[in-house]
Amino acid sequence: MKSRNMMRKRYRQLVLFTSPALAFFLIFAVFPLMGTIYISFFKDAVFVGLANFKFLFTDDNSSTRLLAAFLHNCEFFAIAASVQIPLALFMAALLTSGRVRRLTGFYRTLLFIPSTLSVVIVGFIWRLIISPLWGIVQYPLLGEKTTALPTITLMSVWQYLGIPLVFLYSALLSIPSNIIESARVDGASDIRIFFRIKIPLIAPQIGIITILTFIWTFNGFDIIYALNGGQPGPDFSTDVLGTLFYRTFFGWDADQGNQNLGAATATVIFFIILLGTAAYFAIVQRRLKVSQL
Amino acid sequence: MIQKDGRIQTQSKNLLVHLCILFFVLIAIGPIIVIIINSFKTTDGIFSGPLKLPDSKTFSLDGYKRAFENGNFIRNYINSTIITVGSTLLTVVCSCLAAYGITEYATKLAKMIAGLFTIGIMLPVTLGTVVILKMMVRFHLLNTHISLILVYVGISVPLGVILMVTNFRTVSNDLKEAARIDGANEFKTFLIVLPLVKPGIAAVAAITMLPIWNDLWFPLILTTGPKTQTLTLGIQQFVGVHTNDWQALIASLVLGAIPLILLFTLFSKQFIKGLSDGYSK
Repeated sequence: MKSRNMMRKRYRQLVLFTSPALAFFLIFAVFPLMGTIYISFFKDAVFVGLANFKFLFTDDNSSTRLLAAFLHNCEFFAIAASVQIPLALFMAALLTSGRVRRLTGFYRTLLFIPSTLSVVIVGFIWRLIISPLWGIVQYPLLGEKTTALPTITLMSVWQYLGIPLVFLYSALLSIPSNIIESARVDGASDIRIFFRIKIPLIAPQIGIITILTFIWTFNGFDIIYALNGGQPGPDFSTDVLGTLFYRTFFGWDADQGNQNLGAATATVIFFIILLGTAAYFAIVQRRLKVSQL
Repeated sequence: MIQKDGRIQTQSKNLLVHLCILFFVLIAIGPIIVIIINSFKTTDGIFSGPLKLPDSKTFSLDGYKRAFENGNFIRNYINSTIITVGSTLLTVVCSCLAAYGITEYATKLAKMIAGLFTIGIMLPVTLGTVVILKMMVRFHLLNTHISLILVYVGISVPLGVILMVTNFRTVSNDLKEAARIDGANEFKTFLIVLPLVKPGIAAVAAITMLPIWNDLWFPLILTTGPKTQTLTLGIQQFVGVHTNDWQALIASLVLGAIPLILLFTLFSKQFIKGLSDGYSK
């Protein structure tokens, strides 16, 4: 009897302490997401089933835009992941190599500074640096369809390199030193230790930072909007799902925004992210954890 | 002799590593330094030799003067400060309370709540913007600081809770038991324990602040009015409209970046702790 009362008291305290955080999270994060899925089945307050999605996927103009934006996101992610993560890993390896000693913190802080800037500033800095006005780069990188998206992606890589760097740096530091020592006693070289011991040990963290990059890039909007606005040119060549969503929902120039179509676009993006993340956790992350043992 | 060779070899390897990192450091902060240098130049100076230091001919503070004369600039600064500080405070308070609850009253429900917040870290909340806008219109909160603060707390709280849970786990039970024996109620006990998790609080604050100050999406949707515009949005619009006044533009970019660079340099340890602890779950 007494313990039952104790239990009840514990539950009451738990609810009391967690309710402010839960309220904010449920009302301003979970509810809007669920609500967005809900209203994507409506058109002007009338239930229309999957009509909005049918429009997005079959209307000539909008299906072209959707597919193009999706492919641009894939390209963005592919470049970001394949440049950013190996580079970050390399730098983290240098910082934790034991050859930098006292300057480690100093370097780490400097390398992270670009990540503290807003995309508006990053976009402007790089646009000015590569603009023909300054003449450092002669080629109009942002003006050509083939180079615009890779250029913007690399700006983003420059800005956010610090995040995987810091993340992998902490992962490398947490490797027990006795493992490394015994390998060294066995005569393994630094490079061999890095590839054969350290990388397999931090594989789960490399996996997590990859999936976070996936979520961030598919949810991304800021850098493209900051540089090219809501109708990102040239000729939509830098349009991504985020800007497509903004345009569909909020409108741009002569195009009227549409709440329900916007919600449907957001729902599509949400499911792309959800599927990608779920597939990753089901297939890759589990194996990484097993191989760690 | 062999030992000496070995030492020289080690030293040259060390030097190589330093040079390699310095190269990356240069790429990381070079562009920022170029922009800072150019913020002290005349328009002519900016374009005739962008990579040159200002000399007696090209030195000018007009950009900064005009940036401050632009009435919106200071107001945007204040808006961003109110929104960032408000959201961060609320996030820290809510996260501490929730994390204490989760660690202290460890039940099945507590585990479920913790799981919910763990998923919440990865939730792409911007995709719920259509409904967020509807809610804010409904409650007449459009173009208010509160609208942004509410959304930012909702987004930031999951990571804050998870970080604080790892911190509260390290607190020993002795202090809590002692407090309870002294007759402190649960909330009082919480307050007594709180100083022990200060490093965690600093980490949560640091990692919450940065994306809020730099956010462009929600200000673009919720606070476009001139009175509540944030600095990031203000600069974005300044870049769009006043592309002729390069001096003022570059100066305002520098002024916009400085607070966070300073804050980060001061709190980089806490920030890095927050980042690596929070996402490694």
